[in-house]
Amino acid sequence: MPLSETPSAVARPRPRAGDRVFAGLSTGAGLLILVVLAGVAAFLLVEAWPALTAPPEEVPGGRGVALYVWPLLFGTALSAVFALLIAAPLAVTIALFVTYYAPRALAQGLGYLIDLLAAVPSIIYGLWGFTVLAPATVGPSGWLADNLGFVPLFAGPVSATGRTMLVAILVLAVMILPIITAVVREAFRQVPRLHEEAAHALGATRWEMLRMAVLPFGRSAVIGASMLGLGRALGETMAVTIVLSVSGGVTVNLISSGNPSTIAADIALQFPESTGLAVNTLIASGLVLFAVTFAVNMAARTVINRRSEFSGAN
Amino acid sequence: MAKHIQVKDLDIYYDEFLAVQGVSMTIEPRSVTALIGPSGCGKSTFLRSLNRMHELVPKAKVEGQVAINGRDIYGNNVDPVDIRSEIGMVFQRPNPFPTMSIYENVAAGIRLTGARMKRSEIDDLVERSLRSANLWNEVKDRLHKPGGGISGGQQQRLCIARAIAVDPAVLLMDEPCSALDPISTQAIEDLINDLKPDYTIVIVTHNMQQAARVSDTTGFFNLADVGQPGRLIEMDTTAKIFSAPREQATEDYITGRFG
Ligand SMILES: Nc1ncnc2c1ncn2[C@@H]1O[C@H](COP(=O)(O)OP(=O)(O)OP(=O)(O)O)[C@@H](O)[C@H]1O
Ligand SMILES: [Mg+2]
Repeated sequence: MPLSETPSAVARPRPRAGDRVFAGLSTGAGLLILVVLAGVAAFLLVEAWPALTAPPEEVPGGRGVALYVWPLLFGTALSAVFALLIAAPLAVTIALFVTYYAPRALAQGLGYLIDLLAAVPSIIYGLWGFTVLAPATVGPSGWLADNLGFVPLFAGPVSATGRTMLVAILVLAVMILPIITAVVREAFRQVPRLHEEAAHALGATRWEMLRMAVLPFGRSAVIGASMLGLGRALGETMAVTIVLSVSGGVTVNLISSGNPSTIAADIALQFPESTGLAVNTLIASGLVLFAVTFAVNMAARTVINRRSEFSGAN
Repeated sequence: MAKHIQVKDLDIYYDEFLAVQGVSMTIEPRSVTALIGPSGCGKSTFLRSLNRMHELVPKAKVEGQVAINGRDIYGNNVDPVDIRSEIGMVFQRPNPFPTMSIYENVAAGIRLTGARMKRSEIDDLVERSLRSANLWNEVKDRLHKPGGGISGGQQQRLCIARAIAVDPAVLLMDEPCSALDPISTQAIEDLINDLKPDYTIVIVTHNMQQAARVSDTTGFFNLADVGQPGRLIEMDTTAKIFSAPREQATEDYITGRFG
């Protein structure tokens, strides 16, 4: 190792040595991330390759990789997107309440609680979903099927165990809620007082002030936090594995027992008993998941950058 | 329309701390009133009590009377939001909404009133306000660029345009030039002169020359000691305050022999 990279060189009065060391370290760290990412992608590609090129009838299910992965991808997207649709607005509302409406003492308590919830392992949420939430949804699901059955989401027939897509979505929503809330709340706390005062001075009510000064300012944080939550929901394994009773159908019917699985849950379930080409097939589905999360992040970044001029970052 | 402000026995608190005590004054319409005094004497606090911004600070309270055209703004059935929308305020640091364009910044107040206006009417109003703020020529080609993307002096004039777009009765300015260069300061002082015939303007400033240049009336605030409340020591025409003040403290302050 060259001398200039040892920690003692930093302390020496030689001009700019510290700068060079730090630049080197941070460049190295940046490169390391790229290398790891590329390594993961390469591993997935290489391991998935046999399945991608195998004759369709040899792949588990007998109809090729694409048709094997498709229902899983569908289930993954369905559960994650609906979970996000529930969690994101709720998270923004909670963050606004904690930052702007709750009395000081309550706000602090709620803040701790949210951070704590974000740290609960997913298996706990899974167990809760299985033992508490699933049975509890059977009744309401029946009501939904009877009264809103014309909506494809609630077509029924209602699952008797309650281990439905609906429950998986609710569990995922609860799981990603704290992390989204925590990030969004932190962003709302950063809103400069000056901007809040500008809105108040124009005669804004509190809600109008939030709409004028706070929400636009927190917009990119809301998107970023949502993507974080979506990423977590897309990749969530244990909770979904425990909660969801799988039949492999491709349907948007959330309350029946004919549920598609998700990629991550499917891998967790199948992997221990798989050998040979079945393993390659699972890895191929993992590759798809990897690509999807990647695409989601890129999309989020594009959305944020498109209005970065107006972000208030300057 | 310019309005007349009558303040009577005003005490202003932050929680238990009495920051400003016993202020009574009359502010004439279509005039510029300057408030001067050493740091911490409560000029900002007083100014913010004139449009009920003060009570946004947790536990802050105000006792006494502020009547605008005879109506007590601290009366029982008065909504502070209404008061604030009738009174424009410009802050020490320019604070355009960074997430809005220049155009939207100026239109922000109108959108709050909920008035149904045609696009062309809003366009006109935005242009008129920017012209009044002497900013139109500099920004007319980039109205839809971010409000934070112009110079500090331009941002401050944008804030003034935003404040006057809703045609407030009163315009409060808290050291509006303290973050600006001499040229921008000149532009804002000219602007204050232009606005005077239509508004009641109250300006806090640390700059004696500025007070002398722009105001008709000057009020001098002072505090006896740290931790003591600030008081209005003397208020008179600006000419009088700067040539023959009644109080020794005023004279010491304006001649720089203070403290
Ligand atoms: N948010 C607050 N909470 C508690 N006390 C405050 C707060 N803001 C101001 N004060 C106190 O009130 C008094 C008056 O402050 P104020 O800001 O009105 O002074 P000022 O005359 O505007 O000073 P400057 O010229 O430095 O702006 C000071 O003692 C100050 O410490
Ligand atoms: Mg001040």
